Amino acid sequence: MRPFDYERPRRVEAALAAAEETPGAMYLGGGTNLVDLMRRGVLAPERLVDVTGLPCDRVDVADDGGLTIGAAVRIADLAAHWTVRRRYPALALAALRIGSGQIMNMATVAGNLLQRTRCPYFQDVTKPCNKREPGSGCPAREGEHRNLAIIGYSDACVATHASDLAVALLALDAAVLIEGVGGPRRVPIADLYLPPGDDPRRETVLAPADLITAIEVPAPSPTARSRYRKVTDRASFAFAVVSVAVALDLGEDGRAVRDCRIAFGGIAPRPWRAARAERELRGAEPVEGEFARAARAELASARPLRDNAFKLPLARNLLVRTLIELTE
Amino acid sequence: MTEEELHPDRVRTAAVRLTVNGVPHHVRVDTRATLLDTLRERLGLTGAKKGCDLGECGACTVLLGDRRVYACLALTVALDGAEITTVEGLAAGDEPHPLQRAFVEHEAAQCGYCVPGQLCSAVAVLADVRRGVPSAATADLTAPPRPDAAEIRERMSGNLCRCGCYCCFTAAITDAITDATTDATTDATTEAAR
Repeated sequence: MRPFDYERPRRVEAALAAAEETPGAMYLGGGTNLVDLMRRGVLAPERLVDVTGLPCDRVDVADDGGLTIGAAVRIADLAAHWTVRRRYPALALAALRIGSGQIMNMATVAGNLLQRTRCPYFQDVTKPCNKREPGSGCPAREGEHRNLAIIGYSDACVATHASDLAVALLALDAAVLIEGVGGPRRVPIADLYLPPGDDPRRETVLAPADLITAIEVPAPSPTARSRYRKVTDRASFAFAVVSVAVALDLGEDGRAVRDCRIAFGGIAPRPWRAARAERELRGAEPVEGEFARAARAELASARPLRDNAFKLPLARNLLVRTLIELTE
Repeated sequence: MTEEELHPDRVRTAAVRLTVNGVPHHVRVDTRATLLDTLRERLGLTGAKKGCDLGECGACTVLLGDRRVYACLALTVALDGAEITTVEGLAAGDEPHPLQRAFVEHEAAQCGYCVPGQLCSAVAVLADVRRGVPSAATADLTAPPRPDAAEIRERMSGNLCRCGCYCCFTAAITDAITDATTDATTDATTEAAR
């Protein structure tokens, strides 16, 4: 690991100033991904600005029931929060499936959103990887890609995004609050992540010193229900092979889909908003045939790689089962 | 040669105060030092083990306050003022921790390498259950958890055992949770009777 300076500011302004001052500075949350990547030599920041001393460690519930989740809130505290458990089941279920008990105690909410892919080639500095070194190539295309993308990837990169929370937050229509050089701004989570394109190094719209300070989750409609389901190779402590978050509102009478938001994890380089499936479902009758039609429409543009075609029916079935569960 | 020997001018250090098993320490550490290396190499506490050094096996699990963490992923420099408990600090003098007693009763060890991490993790599971913290196996998220064996396995999934001693760990932790719940109920009943 390359030597680095470390500091733990108490104020957001001081954190921004420290990050702006040093090119190659990085923000440190729980370190469960960053420390590992530094030890592997994948990342070598000059300076670590620890954000866990900032006043961003609370979950606030507004009068209307909406949430403001501090960026440095630990995953374990988010998962244990009573309002999250009662009113935002998709969010609680996603948080509870993150890592292990130890990881949940260490990892932060914003750190989870900004974690890097677990693509084996990205994590191994002895291999080429366009995400680490643009132009060096992507061995995953022909190599070990069983758990990589089936949709939304580019010629340069077929990695999958590893976040559980981002998937749930997409379905819950959340937004991130960002402090940066140009002042504060609010970015819907649907606009936070960039498609891989020719330069998969850049994964989000964040500038180098930009700091996520909180995540806002609007209050769900009283008739909406939400759920997160994750398929993994072993029962616990594993990244998603495929995951899905659904927020479904059937209104008072339950006869038609009034509104729905759907997102997938584990199938694309960024958390995948299933906008096509949502359009197909709005106004539709909440029955299995309609759910299957919407799932097929969403995944029609999927192009699985040699060894991950199984993800396509898995994603389709997972979405249909989750929708059925929410109507029961 | 180590980085420090090659480039002594580049190495950055910081002074850190740690309380480990109730004993205060002042150490000056390389900012790159993990808590695991500080415990083992600087403080001579070799109970926490370096299994994978990747945050995947759990052999390095220690308690930060009453919560479990992977010491191999925690930077010591980020823990100034922290209270740490390692397996060496679980017993009260000569009196083993109830979980240590339960592990012995259930013969919950084969090679034993992962056991310090399993014990620290299990102590934190008890604290989590007491606080009402749910897990992915909690049936009803809107009620306090009452973990059965399946849920204990889920809560302990961050600690691997190469020997496959999981059934004994689960049995030992189930006993300890039952005892703790019985104690709490007895306390509440005694309190109510007053």
